[in-house]
Amino acid sequence: MRVHVDPDRCQGHNRCYALAPSLFAIDELGYASELNGGLVPPEQEEAARRAAANCPEYAVSIVDSDAGASP
Amino acid sequence: MTHHPPVVDWATDFDHTDARWVENPFPIWDELRHTCPVAHSDRYGGTWLPVRHGDVVAVAYDTEHFTSRSVVVSEVRPGPNDLPAPIGLAPPITSDPPFHALARRLLLPAFSPKAIAGWEALTRDLCRELLAATSGRREIDAAIDYAQHIPLRVIIGMLGFPQEDADIFRRFISQVLEDVAATPEERQAVIESGEIDQYMDERIAEHLAHPRDDLTSYLLDAELDGNKLAPEHVRGTMILLMIAGIDTTWSAIGASLWHLAQHPADRRRLAADPELMPTAVEEFLRAYAPVTMARMVAQDFEFRGRAFKEGDWLLLPFPAANRDDTVFPDASSVVLDRADNRHAAFGLGIHRCIGSNLARMEVRVALEEWIGRYPDFELTDPSLVTWSPGQVRGPRRIPVRIL
Repeated sequence: MRVHVDPDRCQGHNRCYALAPSLFAIDELGYASELNGGLVPPEQEEAARRAAANCPEYAVSIVDSDAGASP
Repeated sequence: MTHHPPVVDWATDFDHTDARWVENPFPIWDELRHTCPVAHSDRYGGTWLPVRHGDVVAVAYDTEHFTSRSVVVSEVRPGPNDLPAPIGLAPPITSDPPFHALARRLLLPAFSPKAIAGWEALTRDLCRELLAATSGRREIDAAIDYAQHIPLRVIIGMLGFPQEDADIFRRFISQVLEDVAATPEERQAVIESGEIDQYMDERIAEHLAHPRDDLTSYLLDAELDGNKLAPEHVRGTMILLMIAGIDTTWSAIGASLWHLAQHPADRRRLAADPELMPTAVEEFLRAYAPVTMARMVAQDFEFRGRAFKEGDWLLLPFPAANRDDTVFPDASSVVLDRADNRHAAFGLGIHRCIGSNLARMEVRVALEEWIGRYPDFELTDPSLVTWSPGQVRGPRRIPVRIL
């Protein structure tokens, strides 16, 4: 599983960082990006799913290895 | 204060200062969502009200057809030359692109998660101090004795203003946000009295003479395109931080305590499982989002089949979006462990509340400390609870009995 933050949609709500701090970085202005190329360790998959499901701007997407991207 | 006749038809004559809306707006929005999702009222010179999540999102993202030049619907309609363009009265909330991004960028670092974490210890001490002052009392007002003081004193601390000025701040906020149904003459008199500007100018002068490590000195030192900010920009931003940062969070803390006072199972759950608090805070923010924003229509166009005219007001009710069942299953229930919660309490798009990290921290700490000290409490009399009128909705009196 991989996560991705769309920089054009991110408005700095910081929900992904609060829910999955090992998967996302926040720059000094508060905008998020994925760490480690978005690679999600198996034990972080639920945290990644929650990060995506709690983004008010639908900026965080998840790409499953054997499925397409989902918001 | 209010001079408006009671509302009979919410689809054609709504008024956000009407007693029924102030008391409980949710049934009004729920009905409109099905019958008239973009309502219109002739009040305030013509105002629109979208209540579906998707429509609120669409307006929030559309900075071409809507301007943020004025974000408080009142009887005073700004004219084309009333506000200093392109800054607006309280940048960046009243600014439009492209200036908006510049004004916002200046402020963002002061409100990042890391910067806000630095204010948590002070906030916790303050909550404990307020609770200690209630020691020995069986009846407390959770708004007056507790919630209202927390964001007020934190913002005063961040701006580097004297803590004794808390009462002056409370009066400013009431004038700007709650007296919106005052006549144009009354409202103009408040604005023209210049009291707010004068207070801020005095603080600015002090900080220019003696710079300190606070947000006021930070703003005075900040540069846009190699120039210091215009004085009206600094003053406007300070007024914005004061107004937007205080009664909003006070409302969120108060509404959460009001809910807990009436839901013993939720109280017990939070007392037994402190790790649930961050998730519960998000749910309180969704269910009782305090802030309805506003826009003005920037150019004539058709929105969802309605003819929007340049200069019309539009209320942008994020609290109504948060109660849309198509996005939030069982939206009218407070589900403390709601796992999927992309609520819009802090707005959406480029004007996302810049203080959202601060507000979240304050609400969480305030609830943690209250529950830690008073795990069991109830309303003394639900009819004594009062709610603020206007676009920031929260309980202003919450008399509770400690059990």
